[in-house]
Amino acid sequence: MMHVISVKVENRFGVLARVAGLFSARGYNIDSLTVSQTEHSDISVMTIVLTGDDRIIEQVKKQLNKLIDVIKVTDLTGHASVQRELALVKVNASPAKRTEVFQIAEIFKAQIVDISLKTIALEVTGDPERIDSFIELLRPYSIKEMIRTGRVSMARD
Amino acid sequence: MFLLKISGAEILIESLKKEGVEVMFGYPGGVVIPIFHHIFDAPFRFILTRHEQGAVHAADGYARASGKVGVALTTSGPGATNAITGIATAHMDSVPLVVITGQVSTSMIGNDAFQEADTTGITRPITKHNYLVQDVNDLARIVKEAFYIASTGRPGPVVIDIPVDVSKGEAKFAYPDEVSLRSYKPVYKGHPVQIEKACRLIESSKRPVIYAGGGVISSNASDDLVAFVRKTGIPITTTLMGLGAYPETDRLSLKMLGMHGTFYANRAVHDSDLLIAVGARFDDRVTGNVNEFIPEAKVIHVDIDPASVSKSVQVDIPIVGDCKSVLHEMTKIVKPPQIQEWVEKILKIKEENPLTYGTAGTKIKPQMVIERIYELTKGAAIITTEVGQNQMWAAQFYQFTEPRSFISSGGLGTMGFGFPAAIGAQLARPDRRVIDIAGDGSIQMNIQELIVAVQHRLPIIIAILNNGFLGMVRQWQQLFWDKRYSHSCISFAPDFVKLAEAYGAAGIRIESRDEVDKAIKKALSIKDRPTILDFHVDREENVYPIIPAGKSVKEMITRELV
Repeated sequence: MMHVISVKVENRFGVLARVAGLFSARGYNIDSLTVSQTEHSDISVMTIVLTGDDRIIEQVKKQLNKLIDVIKVTDLTGHASVQRELALVKVNASPAKRTEVFQIAEIFKAQIVDISLKTIALEVTGDPERIDSFIELLRPYSIKEMIRTGRVSMARD
Repeated sequence: MFLLKISGAEILIESLKKEGVEVMFGYPGGVVIPIFHHIFDAPFRFILTRHEQGAVHAADGYARASGKVGVALTTSGPGATNAITGIATAHMDSVPLVVITGQVSTSMIGNDAFQEADTTGITRPITKHNYLVQDVNDLARIVKEAFYIASTGRPGPVVIDIPVDVSKGEAKFAYPDEVSLRSYKPVYKGHPVQIEKACRLIESSKRPVIYAGGGVISSNASDDLVAFVRKTGIPITTTLMGLGAYPETDRLSLKMLGMHGTFYANRAVHDSDLLIAVGARFDDRVTGNVNEFIPEAKVIHVDIDPASVSKSVQVDIPIVGDCKSVLHEMTKIVKPPQIQEWVEKILKIKEENPLTYGTAGTKIKPQMVIERIYELTKGAAIITTEVGQNQMWAAQFYQFTEPRSFISSGGLGTMGFGFPAAIGAQLARPDRRVIDIAGDGSIQMNIQELIVAVQHRLPIIIAILNNGFLGMVRQWQQLFWDKRYSHSCISFAPDFVKLAEAYGAAGIRIESRDEVDKAIKKALSIKDRPTILDFHVDREENVYPIIPAGKSVKEMITRELV
């Protein structure tokens, strides 16, 4: 099952390697990982998304808590949370097809960030499922390049 | 207060003094010369081993025998990589160590500089924590934190990697009084509600067993464990790491459980309706097949490490806390359960199934050697072991009656551990005889440290159970791999007596049963140098009982199948 784990850590060198090492040592592939600053300059937050056996993920969470540089581990799986991700997608779009692509962009409130004779690049933000649908709708136009940031998450109060 | 600036190397020495370090083990090299420059007249003892692995094992043996933090110092690159096995050994057995490694200059890191290795990267998964010191102003704080982290909570090794420019750089020295780590606050006191629940469960149990591990020893909780057993009357078995936590000469002791544990300990645990695990971690060598380990038992688990709870066996009542504090609290409020019938039954099984071995023939039996060492030392020696058959026979046939008297690489199973660990243990406990129970394979893995024991006149006895085999491998090949003794025969061996003499140690070869006592007595009388006792034992003797890996007590092999 898919887990979204939010890890609050000391903002120091080497912490990312410690956290990532716990997953890699168990042969776990991380689906996405973001590291970013928080309201405190000395604290970073990692949002880790991965799929795996619940029991083993429970163990990994305990091991994360054992790391000296880890301040707090929160499993957002199954909890009310806000999840956001940003994607950049470049599709083939000849002048004749542009209008169709613009319409899709409008529905998803996506921004046009670049345009050329043959292609359009779009930027979209939203929860990961929304981004999945956006990408699906663009597929018929042939996606030339696509990149996603990985999600950031925050628990709801 | 006005403070003069001193060098990083001096800050390190001053910090170690503040931590009360008495002995340090290590080996010099290029980037640590600035540190050694000041170690030359430091007030603590520095033991120069002949290999960095030996230094870390010696620091480990010192820590296990004394309960203090062991300290080792190596150079960068190969010095650090040679220390790895020692660090991993301490990590697996939760031994408090601070290992200081030199590093190339900060400006050279990542440049493939001479003798450069990514020490913090390499040691990350085998340390409790590690540091790369980038600024000499951080050094004192880091040393303070390292000792604190190594020795608190679940203990473990901490590496401090110090680049040479940090050792040579200068800063004002002020040793912090306290450590402040917002993310590291070990819990010592068990939750009162959990303790209460555990006591109620104990009182209503019919077939309880206590399963005590190394955590009891590292938290100095042996007295509390004994008091708990006295009050409740519950039979107790220990893990390999827990040997000595409870006197094995006591009637309620079931000795060691697990793969080579006693039949009665394994049987009692299997048949129990309540297993009280204290400072133990349900290792695979203890549980065998997890599904058949304790089919009817509820589990209470006392451990300071939350990650140990419900790792392999589901726990009904977890109590996260220090064994000493929790046992003390439990003893205060628990009422003895009504378990007379159960205890009688287990003690009968104990009486009917003692650890035993065949004495037919004239060859020296390895188990016999251990028994004679036990008798002739009156059980008062500190026993270290190598790994394999020698380790299991030592665990089975010496009666351990006090904590920190059995020192062995349990988790990692490091051959070559026992002898350097004996050096550390002997320095920690000059009042006790330290005896390394060795195999002819293991002893050759760190034999170079013999000169260290000679130099410091340490009267360590190395009892080699010499069978010309890597005995445990050979035993498995015999039992499970069609007797194909692929590369486990090492009868092409050195003359250990001559080897001892070459180093300036004493050496005695023992080839018949009637020489055993005489040789042990002779070794015990030599007090100014180490002695190698080379016991030529029955070559194909096996360790019994054995529960094959991944099986349960039902499949225990108790003796030779003819």
